[in-house]
Amino acid sequence: MRWAALVLVVALGAFAGAGIFVFDHSQATSYLSDDPKACVNCHVMREQFDGWARSSHHAAATCNDCHTPHGGLEKWQMKAVHGARHSYGFTFDSFHEPIQIKADSLATVERNCLRCHEELAGNIGPWGVQAHARSEKTGTDFQSGSLTAKATSCVHCHAGVGHGPIK
Amino acid sequence: MNARIQTNAQRGFSVKWAVYGVVLIAAAGGTFALMGLSRNIQQRKDEAKSLVLNLAKIDETTTDAKQWGMNFPSHYDAYKATADNERTRFGGSESMPIGDGKTAKPVSKLETDPLLKTIFNGYAFALDYRERRGHAFMLHDQRETDRVKLKPQPGACLHCHASNVVAYRAEGLKAGAPGTALEPAQSENGMKQITKGWEVLAAKPYGEVTALVDHPVSCIDCHDPASMQLRITKPGFVEGIKSLAKSTDPVPHLPSIEKWRKGERTREYDPNVDATRQEMRSMACAQCHVEYYFKGDEKRLTYPWHKGLKVEQIEAYYDELGYKDFVHKDSGAPALKAQHPEFEVWSQGIHARSGVSCADCHMPYQRVGAVKISDHQVRSPMLNTARACQTCHHSDTEEIKARVETIQTRHKDLLDRAEIATVDLIKAIKAAKEAGATDEQLHDARALQRRAQWRTDFMNAENSMGFHAPQECARILGEAIDYARQGQLEVAKLGLKPKAAAAGALVPSVAGAK
Repeated sequence: MRWAALVLVVALGAFAGAGIFVFDHSQATSYLSDDPKACVNCHVMREQFDGWARSSHHAAATCNDCHTPHGGLEKWQMKAVHGARHSYGFTFDSFHEPIQIKADSLATVERNCLRCHEELAGNIGPWGVQAHARSEKTGTDFQSGSLTAKATSCVHCHAGVGHGPIK
Repeated sequence: MNARIQTNAQRGFSVKWAVYGVVLIAAAGGTFALMGLSRNIQQRKDEAKSLVLNLAKIDETTTDAKQWGMNFPSHYDAYKATADNERTRFGGSESMPIGDGKTAKPVSKLETDPLLKTIFNGYAFALDYRERRGHAFMLHDQRETDRVKLKPQPGACLHCHASNVVAYRAEGLKAGAPGTALEPAQSENGMKQITKGWEVLAAKPYGEVTALVDHPVSCIDCHDPASMQLRITKPGFVEGIKSLAKSTDPVPHLPSIEKWRKGERTREYDPNVDATRQEMRSMACAQCHVEYYFKGDEKRLTYPWHKGLKVEQIEAYYDELGYKDFVHKDSGAPALKAQHPEFEVWSQGIHARSGVSCADCHMPYQRVGAVKISDHQVRSPMLNTARACQTCHHSDTEEIKARVETIQTRHKDLLDRAEIATVDLIKAIKAAKEAGATDEQLHDARALQRRAQWRTDFMNAENSMGFHAPQECARILGEAIDYARQGQLEVAKLGLKPKAAAAGALVPSVAGAK
């Protein structure tokens, strides 16, 4: 019976060791930061990184400033969701090409537009700026609070301000 | 009592072992999965390094794409796929097996559109004119067409339909051009060798010249083997773009030409030196996807851009020279033949003006693992809408395709009308001739046929079905229809006897009745 416990300890130890190795190999800690370089760990993001470096928002915003909610639990929730999607998609090569933002991520981006530009753009649309999904076909509307009106999407017209059109 | 304790103990042991077993399996399975994930992560990191394994030595004499493909397998795979057979509504590529079921020839345009037989009557295109297909077939189809088998053609034809850089250079060196065969093709000596060889081979019979080559357009025709940089190797284009640079036609979509024009002009415009990387992504294709003619007895391949790229500017150039490709057999009109003017037409559109090059749509970026490469399967973007269009046009692929088909359908309708109108005019002139009209009487009508036919054919030969520049194409076809009907009026004005000849000139065919 002792040996059974030993075998288990070894197995669990191997699991833990492999876990720590993968944690390090995948540069997991880098994703806890706000450093844009972390987003280029995966070279498929190179164009977006380079585009951002030349964009109008280069000096004003980093990746997380636009793509994650600001502060609090929401930010970490979003990071976790993004991380899960990225990991799955990149491991199994299963994302749409060219890469497309999801509805909830787009909503986050546009709420971040408002965070800085509220004075100027806050009154666009009947209930203020709300994000809605890019594809009319899916018909997904992101709801901000309880309001559901389809409103103008910032990035529909201002598509290049973040990281430019991809070539 | 003991029995119960024993039973309990036994039961406890089972549960304990079961738990041990599950945990063991979970730990083992988990470790297995983690190692798999780790391997995948390493794989992605390796892919991102974009290592080029120089397994094959390639240099300025390596024509065979297979050799280059040993170093660039993904590009080579896509390049080979240009042999694929996939149609779109108005384009794509197709070969239908005929006869023994093994020989595949593209569908004959003369059969699907018999008006073309009348329009080209008196020229080789009335003998054989087939649907185009992928780059892989360019040399084979040129050798197999009746236009080449039944009519004597000059070696100049090979300029666009084969990987001829090495052959031209070898010929040029034989004829005394300076340098060696291994210098870069785009160097001064390299270009002298290519040009000399091209000149020497231009007037020789096609059969003799085609025996010097083995492959359709290949890597070496566009890429420097040492640096993989894009380059121009086709002398016809080098001369053509020089003429365009010297003209006054504004070309805002080619900023390096505008820049050269404003400069000191101490030397001619040289695309290998002056063009930007983005311009090269169009110019590499413009080496061949252009209108051209063979000048003089030397059969010098010339791109008629001396006055500009627009259809009427090219026409003005030809008119000034008094040039005609053939005399129309039915009407006696001095007719022009247009060939695949994609570069000229694209230049008039919004995409060119916005800096979108040929490669952006026809060779869009493709992700292979973690690396992005240009998709070397050059084909219709309708077969690849997501990657070709969605990087800039953030709409559904179905919406994008529908938009393109709307444009192309409208263009096709106009093109049909223009062909009908042109044929009506040809018939009218023919009838008038038979009724006894003189050359002097028919001069204006024939001139109008030349105008109408030139525009109709310019659009027929262009391969985007209007998409490269929709409004410009509609304009061209509108003019074609107008000129054709004006020509019919000229014939009618002659008031010939029998009256039928004059009356017949005024009756248009029912539009759409083909």
